[in-house]
Amino acid sequence: MNGLMLLIPVALLLGLGGLAVFFWTLRAGQYDDMDGAALRILGDDDTPLEPRDAG
Amino acid sequence: MNAISPVTGDAALPQSLFAVPGMRCAGCIAKLETGLAAVPGVVAARVNFTAKRVRVTHRVDLTPPALVAAFAGLGFTAEPLADALAVTSDDSKALLRAVAVAGFAAMNIMLLSVSVWSGATGVTRDLFHWLSALIALPTIAYAGQPFFRSAWTALKAGRTNMDVPISIGVTLATALSLFETINGGAHAYFDSAVMLLFFLLTGRWLDAVMRDRARDGVTQLLRHTAAGALVRDADGLSGWVAAGALAPGMVMLVAVGERLAADGIVVTGRGELDCALLTGESAPVAVVPGDAVAAGTLNLSGALTVRITAAGADTGLADIARLMAEAGQSKSRYVRIADRAARLYAPAVHCLALLSFTGWMLAGAGWHASLLIAVAVLIITCPCALGLAVPAAQIVAAGALMRAGVLVKDGSALERLAEADHAVFDKTGTLTLGRPVPQRLAALDAEQQAVALALAEASRHPLSEALRRALTLAGVQPAVLTEVQETAGQGVTGDWQGVAVSLGRPDDGSAGMACALRIGAAPALVIGFDDPLRPDAVTTLAELAALGLPGEILSGDRCAAVLPLARQLGLPALAGLSPQEKLAKVRALAADGRRVLMVGDGLNDGPALAGGHVAMAPASAMDASRSAADAVWLGDSLAPVATAIRVARATQAIVRQNFIAAIAYNAIAVPLAIAGQVTPLLAALAMSGSSIIVVANALRLRGAAR
Repeated sequence: MNGLMLLIPVALLLGLGGLAVFFWTLRAGQYDDMDGAALRILGDDDTPLEPRDAG
Repeated sequence: MNAISPVTGDAALPQSLFAVPGMRCAGCIAKLETGLAAVPGVVAARVNFTAKRVRVTHRVDLTPPALVAAFAGLGFTAEPLADALAVTSDDSKALLRAVAVAGFAAMNIMLLSVSVWSGATGVTRDLFHWLSALIALPTIAYAGQPFFRSAWTALKAGRTNMDVPISIGVTLATALSLFETINGGAHAYFDSAVMLLFFLLTGRWLDAVMRDRARDGVTQLLRHTAAGALVRDADGLSGWVAAGALAPGMVMLVAVGERLAADGIVVTGRGELDCALLTGESAPVAVVPGDAVAAGTLNLSGALTVRITAAGADTGLADIARLMAEAGQSKSRYVRIADRAARLYAPAVHCLALLSFTGWMLAGAGWHASLLIAVAVLIITCPCALGLAVPAAQIVAAGALMRAGVLVKDGSALERLAEADHAVFDKTGTLTLGRPVPQRLAALDAEQQAVALALAEASRHPLSEALRRALTLAGVQPAVLTEVQETAGQGVTGDWQGVAVSLGRPDDGSAGMACALRIGAAPALVIGFDDPLRPDAVTTLAELAALGLPGEILSGDRCAAVLPLARQLGLPALAGLSPQEKLAKVRALAADGRRVLMVGDGLNDGPALAGGHVAMAPASAMDASRSAADAVWLGDSLAPVATAIRVARATQAIVRQNFIAAIAYNAIAVPLAIAGQVTPLLAALAMSGSSIIVVANALRLRGAAR
């Protein structure tokens, strides 16, 4: 019983945490452009933006 | 620069949205975002690759044409999108949030329920029931809202829909479980109630995603036609004025290739207007100063200045739009198959539950046991599989159609496509390509072809472009000309090895769509053009006829242009129809009991598209026609029309199978529930089992469009 008292709240809180993170990603528009997100990893714009030749 | 949130400190700056169909790879994203950000006046640019759109935040003084030029500088063709079209509904997002909450709750309650089913008793069982209640109550209050609201709306209007039994079932199950929990009872149905919500919300969400995806696809094609005009004021200065702000009396400059934003009278300039999308007339119309011109027509040659006589809601274009809105109302009255099923289903379910309750009461089981059984009947019959049966099949079918080049607007469009039993076609741009192709080029010798190509290259007139495309395709090399000059409305002249050559209007105006090639003093060679049939038109019409959709042509074009085509295709045809007459004809067919599939592209087809039982338009159609159509197909071929009908019918077959599966499940489970043999465990198994069967069956539609 004591184990349950600890484990059930932990399980629920972890689930709630996941739910909260999902809500945040949804609000932040992370699912708006699924194909683009897959391609952006290939772009090398880690450095701050500066004009370069559009090659 | 890749800040995800679009809301930044410069929210006050205007944002413009552009469709950029040409983006293909990661390089394009980087090129567009860095390249645009480097343009003076642009604050930020963000690419949405999925929708093939770019949102540009810029200073006020940067106009859409200037931004399009900036895109062109980067090597991309961009079309400005109207803002009203860009607003995406938050419907599917709200549903997704509800799905997430219901899913989270269903998993956790199931975790607790499994312990109870495996034999937890006494204090532990009560504790687990209380915990389940703690999770379930807020979840149902939040995630159940879409159903409660819709059920309430239906009840208030004196109707019933699928959401009424759902709402009653969920509410009663929750209330009873809460009562059981308070009294330390053995069975609580929290898991069933929440799982039911989860499955049903998934169905709703799929439905919303399908609508969003199709709308994105269509918006991507929607061009910002005649969004405004260059207006010259009294001082002779010109400025860009948006379509909404145009007023009678203003003088607008219409460049070649631009669509007129308002009705007016030509002040200066001569040219030709393409009225095909407005009237169905395939040959260009020549205009001279003093002629009236209509909004929505395309200026083909020669810059015009036009004094506006009517703008905005007063134009002929707006009249057609009003007629379309009025004709479209019959479509909004269409009752979808799920709602039709619910009309029979909901009363049956409620009667059954009531009968079980009274039956057990009469049998002397006591009100508590009787109520428990009645609620079990409600939960078992809750249209869980029914709620998924339709959207799951429709979204899979819409995905298959999308890969085949057909964008379907929503599920109701698929249902209506499957029901169509008569096809009505527009001619120009629908059965035909809607662009001229030169005939009998082989009659010209090699030199003549070379000269014609060189002259055609100097002009942007559609006939020149058609000639250029055909000759380039034939591998002709252009001749070397000097002193090439284009005279608006007349043609192109030049000098070829000391001989004067020209490509222009034939002397004989009766030749229809044609141009005359003159080399020196030799007699003019008339090159005729026609508007060829779309590829696969003949086979598609045959296939449609085989599917039980006899065809018919309703055209706004002249009889002489329609007749040969109708003969070639063997279809009955009516020519010279106004938009109103087309609508009247479609309505007459509907009054005869036919379910008309209207296929058209022009604005003149708009009212008929809106008034038909179901409508399809090619991607090359006018914006308004594409918006009025239930499905839009891409590419030149006409074949997707038949594909859409086939897939829609296959979808209906799957939906029917799903309904039968759901009914069969009820036939087995309901007697058990009435007999009082259903435990929460059985209810959970039955519910998830039937839902999985229905979804798996729907997945068979994936290859339906092949």
